Amino acid sequence: MPKRDDIESVLVIGSGPIVIGQACEFDYSGTQACRVLRAEGYRVILANSNPATIMTDPELAHRTYVEPLDADVLAAIVERERPDALLPTLGGQTALNLATQLHERGVLDAFGVEMIGANAEAIRTAENRERFKEAMTGIGLEVPASGFAHSLEEAMKVGEEIGFPLIIRPSYILGGQGTGIAHDADTLRALASTGLAASPISEVLIESSIAGWKEYELEVMRDRADNCVVVCSIENFDPMGVHTGDSITVAPAQTLSDVEYQAMRDSAFACIRRIGVDTGGSNIQFAVDPADGRQVVIEMNPRVSRSSALASKATGFPIAKIAARLAVGYTLDEIANDITRKTPASFEPTIDYVVTKVPRWAFEKFPGTAEILGTRMQSVGEVMAIGRTFPESLQKGMRSLEHGRLGLNCDPAEQLLDSLSDDELVRRAAVGTPDRPFQLEAALRRGISVERLAEATAVDPWFLDQIAQVTAERAALAERGLAGMDRAAFRRAKRLGFSDGQLAYLFGVPEGEVRTSRLAAGVTATFKTVDTCGAEFEAATPYHYSTYEEEDEVRPGDRPKVVILGSGPNRIGQGIEFDYCCVHASFALREAGYETVMVNCNPETVSTDYDTSDRLYFEPLTTEDVQNVLDVETRSGGGPVVGVIVGLGGQTPLKLASRLPEGMVLGTSPEAIDLAEDRERWADLCRRLGIPQPPGGTAVTVDEAVAVADRVGYPVLVRPSYVLGGRAMEIVYDADGLRRAMAELAAVGSLGREGGLSAERPVLVDRFLEDAIEVDVDALRDRDGEVLIGGVMEHVEEAGVHSGDSACVIPPPTLPHDVIELLEAHTRAIAGALGVQGPINVQYAVKDHEVYVIEANPRASRTVPFVAKATGVPLAKVAARLMLGSTLAELRTDGLLVDPVDGGHVSVKEAVLPFNRFPDVDTVLGPEMRSTGEVMGIDTTFGLAFAKSQIAAGNRLPDSGSVFMSLADRDKPGGAVAARRFVELGFSLVATAGTAHFLEAEGIPVEAVVAKVGEAEPAPGSLDAIDLIGSGKVQLVVNTPQGRGPRADGAYIRTAASVHNVPCLTTVAAARAAAAGMADWGSHALQVRSLQEFHEGGQLRLPV
Amino acid sequence: MSGRLPSLLVLADGTVFEGEAAGAPAEVATGELVFNTVMSGYQEVITDPSYAGQVIAFTYPHIGNYGVAASDDESRRPFCRGVVVRDLSNRPSSWRSSRTLESFLRSHGIPALTGVDTRRLTRHIREAGAMPCAFGTAPEDRLLAAARVEPGTDGVDLVATVTTDRPYTAGHGPLSVVAYDFGIKRAILAQLGTMATVEVVPASTPADEVLARRPDGVFLSNGPGDPAAVGYAAETISQLLGRVPVFGICLGHQLLATALGARTFKLPFGHHGGNHPVRRLDGGAVEITSQNHNYAVDEGSLAAADVTHVNLNDGVVEGIRCRDVPAFGVQYHPEAGPGPHDARYLFEEFRRLMLQGALT
Repeated sequence: MPKRDDIESVLVIGSGPIVIGQACEFDYSGTQACRVLRAEGYRVILANSNPATIMTDPELAHRTYVEPLDADVLAAIVERERPDALLPTLGGQTALNLATQLHERGVLDAFGVEMIGANAEAIRTAENRERFKEAMTGIGLEVPASGFAHSLEEAMKVGEEIGFPLIIRPSYILGGQGTGIAHDADTLRALASTGLAASPISEVLIESSIAGWKEYELEVMRDRADNCVVVCSIENFDPMGVHTGDSITVAPAQTLSDVEYQAMRDSAFACIRRIGVDTGGSNIQFAVDPADGRQVVIEMNPRVSRSSALASKATGFPIAKIAARLAVGYTLDEIANDITRKTPASFEPTIDYVVTKVPRWAFEKFPGTAEILGTRMQSVGEVMAIGRTFPESLQKGMRSLEHGRLGLNCDPAEQLLDSLSDDELVRRAAVGTPDRPFQLEAALRRGISVERLAEATAVDPWFLDQIAQVTAERAALAERGLAGMDRAAFRRAKRLGFSDGQLAYLFGVPEGEVRTSRLAAGVTATFKTVDTCGAEFEAATPYHYSTYEEEDEVRPGDRPKVVILGSGPNRIGQGIEFDYCCVHASFALREAGYETVMVNCNPETVSTDYDTSDRLYFEPLTTEDVQNVLDVETRSGGGPVVGVIVGLGGQTPLKLASRLPEGMVLGTSPEAIDLAEDRERWADLCRRLGIPQPPGGTAVTVDEAVAVADRVGYPVLVRPSYVLGGRAMEIVYDADGLRRAMAELAAVGSLGREGGLSAERPVLVDRFLEDAIEVDVDALRDRDGEVLIGGVMEHVEEAGVHSGDSACVIPPPTLPHDVIELLEAHTRAIAGALGVQGPINVQYAVKDHEVYVIEANPRASRTVPFVAKATGVPLAKVAARLMLGSTLAELRTDGLLVDPVDGGHVSVKEAVLPFNRFPDVDTVLGPEMRSTGEVMGIDTTFGLAFAKSQIAAGNRLPDSGSVFMSLADRDKPGGAVAARRFVELGFSLVATAGTAHFLEAEGIPVEAVVAKVGEAEPAPGSLDAIDLIGSGKVQLVVNTPQGRGPRADGAYIRTAASVHNVPCLTTVAAARAAAAGMADWGSHALQVRSLQEFHEGGQLRLPV
Repeated sequence: MSGRLPSLLVLADGTVFEGEAAGAPAEVATGELVFNTVMSGYQEVITDPSYAGQVIAFTYPHIGNYGVAASDDESRRPFCRGVVVRDLSNRPSSWRSSRTLESFLRSHGIPALTGVDTRRLTRHIREAGAMPCAFGTAPEDRLLAAARVEPGTDGVDLVATVTTDRPYTAGHGPLSVVAYDFGIKRAILAQLGTMATVEVVPASTPADEVLARRPDGVFLSNGPGDPAAVGYAAETISQLLGRVPVFGICLGHQLLATALGARTFKLPFGHHGGNHPVRRLDGGAVEITSQNHNYAVDEGSLAAADVTHVNLNDGVVEGIRCRDVPAFGVQYHPEAGPGPHDARYLFEEFRRLMLQGALT
């Protein structure tokens, strides 16, 4: 069946900001879909609020709406664009839910929009657990014993009937949010209550827990002729009970016999047919009882999912691309397999390697959270590793995580487990945590049996035995010593995935020595190809992984090669923005005639799509693995390797810069990068340039820190050097606070785990400028010294809130013209003094008209994509060209560099925070970054753009009702300004006693006064703050912290707001911005406009 | 440390692969080397009599993960000459497993090789074609000499080595079927056995003996090697056609075509796996199929039958139906074991054909 010609335009909905459970995999899938639909000749309309995505690049769709993903907004887009079809299956749960809402509101019918891929009925059957259960039972598939509840009483009754342990899952939710296991009535009551609140239809499924069973997933595709194929099977290393997004998973399934696998395949096809997913991909989860092989269906996603992205990268079968083609009418056999080019897509990939996905958590960012994995997903990113065997891929995965580990133990960090008794070690391994694989290896090393561990942990004995092989080999290696290592011994070790670093640790020698003797023994990494077919057919697609075998398959072309190092797993502080930059570099350099070579290990990203670059190496970003890539690129011939781009992937590649071969780093030199990081030399440079810095100094000991603080005065900002995303940064107001902060940095927490403080890793202590405005400047400098200011971004939250967690605005709404000129001049001077060739980001604090420089990073920043979307200037592409030696003048002539646009618009970037995943964590913003993603609001005024950014971030500002205010003393004058605006807008105010007193003294009416928790005995019958928030009588909370400790006053108020989904602002600046937003939002009709229209708006310079 | 002996695999063209000895000890083992791309189902593959005379290299690296279960055997014993893998699992995990794959191989005298770069091996065979090989703990020159004198499968009657000595009965269905055992798989008997009582007869059983049993249908089984080497079977089939409904699978399909006067030819490296897309020309649906054949029917030589199924990867004939007599065959394995169940409807078609035959 050919493609449909009865539709001309397709609306694609993206997944919005990166949040836990929904990350860049949907940029990958959405980007593929947009490309395919465009190539097929359809007019593509895209809606996505996330500016850091490739899919929102204006070239990818005809109309790109960077607008909030909200039903009202989507309805406006539909009304304006009149698409023929809506493709809802490539933007995660967000797109599916929105499509359902549009359908239910009648918007789709009213404008004649057809849902393609999956229809509303199919979505309902798959997503509503009650219907799903009925549907599965109806076709003879088993589901765990369960019942539904719509109220707490019903939940308790159903729970009693089924019997403990129980698993509670809210309907229509994402990534297991609100899910948990209950072993008793109290836990059941608590989980059911939060679950009912989390579910948009107030429904929870209460299910007999099958924790400890084996868990599997099948990725299935179906076309409109009813052809079905399994793209990939996945087996979880962690048993049922750990969310699949938090499990180590392995492809293909390892411990299913063909009889069981085929039964599962039959069930999966029956499921997709029954649910009625007409075309596209679905993933279906199964649990298998290890005792008798009984299979039950857990759930199915009628859309492309995180697992589909993994399956695509794991097999080379591009699920999203094919799903998009199937949605417009093609059948599988009409689509060519991209990789073999000769065979059709209607086949089932077979692979000849093992893929392991390992999640990346960020528990260090959320103190107070138990590091225990359960049914609610908590990881913020993941890595994938490919090896010929499971041990090899597992060890590669462990060193890809960038947690300072060299593999599965055999590194300094393993010693943390030494002090545990055998029983304690087994007891800990029985609980799913990020440390479990390391504990299992340590236990096996102590001689604890596979049987005992399997019994205690429910991890399959096959996996344990594979780890035991690593352990046994390690013992043999230790006995042999480096001197005894011959070719056979090196080969055996490398084939089990040992890194040179692990061997160096084992032999007590520097890593370089291991490498030298390994190469002398003739053992080098070889590179194989991911080809979907186990080498049965010749592969055209250059997608490679390293292993230790007998031949290389790399076939470079003749053009000069540029290696781009990606940014590794998503984590807080380093996410999709950097992948965006790397992808843009690859596009720009391919266009400029280079052969681009991408190295990365994050399966969610566009950069690891095999057709983004000329060659893709799916490899850990370590010195050894990157060196292997450089070696194979060199020895395979073809064009010369020109160099390596390290400046676009965030800290990950930057850390490798100084360890790459001399002269390989393109653009800004490693020395300049070091200079900007080196506190003393950087201070000298600023002094020389006459740019003021907040006074400060460095310290290795507590006493040194106190001495610095005494000199510069409190409050001070304390931060370790060489960390990402403001990790462990703190503002302290006195010597006691400083001593406590220093003690924490030196001893405990993840920094302590990585070796604590030293002369090489001192702490920076700086005077903290209270109430200063923070400003980010992104700029580019070329080899001739010309500097282009990309964007000047004024932050909404004051300095002290991490720039990644703060909203920021282009053009700056309050900065005077002369200050902006000064910021630009300083940026030019710094870029020049550092000899930058490529991108640079400089952060400033502006206080009382005085500009202080806080730090400079001579690399691409998190804000590059936002600036590009706001101004229309492709900063990342230009940066990549400058790094290869082009000048800005040349790129202007080429047409790549255009002037920034002035479409008469204001752009606001807002951070999206994961607090709903960590209910025990205070939501107050501080110098430690905790946001996982960002959204962008664009409109004609700051207020409207800010209001859109809040809707997009999931904190829709109210249009009427009550505002609850509880302000720290120093925030009261500023807060009063916002309070007055709220009253003018018709809101009533509720406040805590002190705040109410202050406001009333200012002549601002306060409707009611409530007690803080534990503040005083509340008057009989009156509510305290928590009850008030829980009662739904408050539409907005403004609570600024007294002091900045993690357990400061007000934490309970903020937590209550987070739990009950009431927008909560924790700074006065945000409250004022919200007031501006509410004012404009209330007085203007909703308007949507595409990026293309904004960018076509005119080539006028932004203010200054 | 594995404690295994170093061992080599040498192909007839002199290409050498390193590995370690596994399975039954062997200084020199020989056979025709083929690769199979299934990710699960190694036991069914190894016990499929169609692999008689061959050494099976698995492209999936971990083999033996879920051990061996007696109920998954496809025949009374493995007939292959050897197994080559990247990594043989020591410790299987499955509730059904009764032993390790290695102990199974050892007890049946099947030598194996582990630790081999099977991807390089597959790429080599893909380019150079299936070829004789030798492997074992002997020195390279001895292995090379053995590989060079190994005859391979062309023109060799391997059916005689695997077929049953005397007839036996399987299944309990209402119809009666005579199944020629050219190397029949148990998965086929399981399918036929639900619709018919099946009498399995030796490959050399004459047509009149079969007809004398007045069966509702005759089934031609899968089996090893070159169809041209079992001319006697094609001869027998030609005597059956038109007198009883006939269904052939794999070698049985090739022999059916041969009986109709068509030619067969050898594919460069055959089809061995569980993921081959086949288009059913009637209706256009695509089936994912289990395949295991080195030879195929030459479409141009087919006069008395229509092509019903084709392989979407390379266009090879995958199914035929006779125009004038009730007979059809497929090149692939609708019975699965191992592989997908997409094509099980073919057994139902055979049943319908037999019922129609009974009416006329």
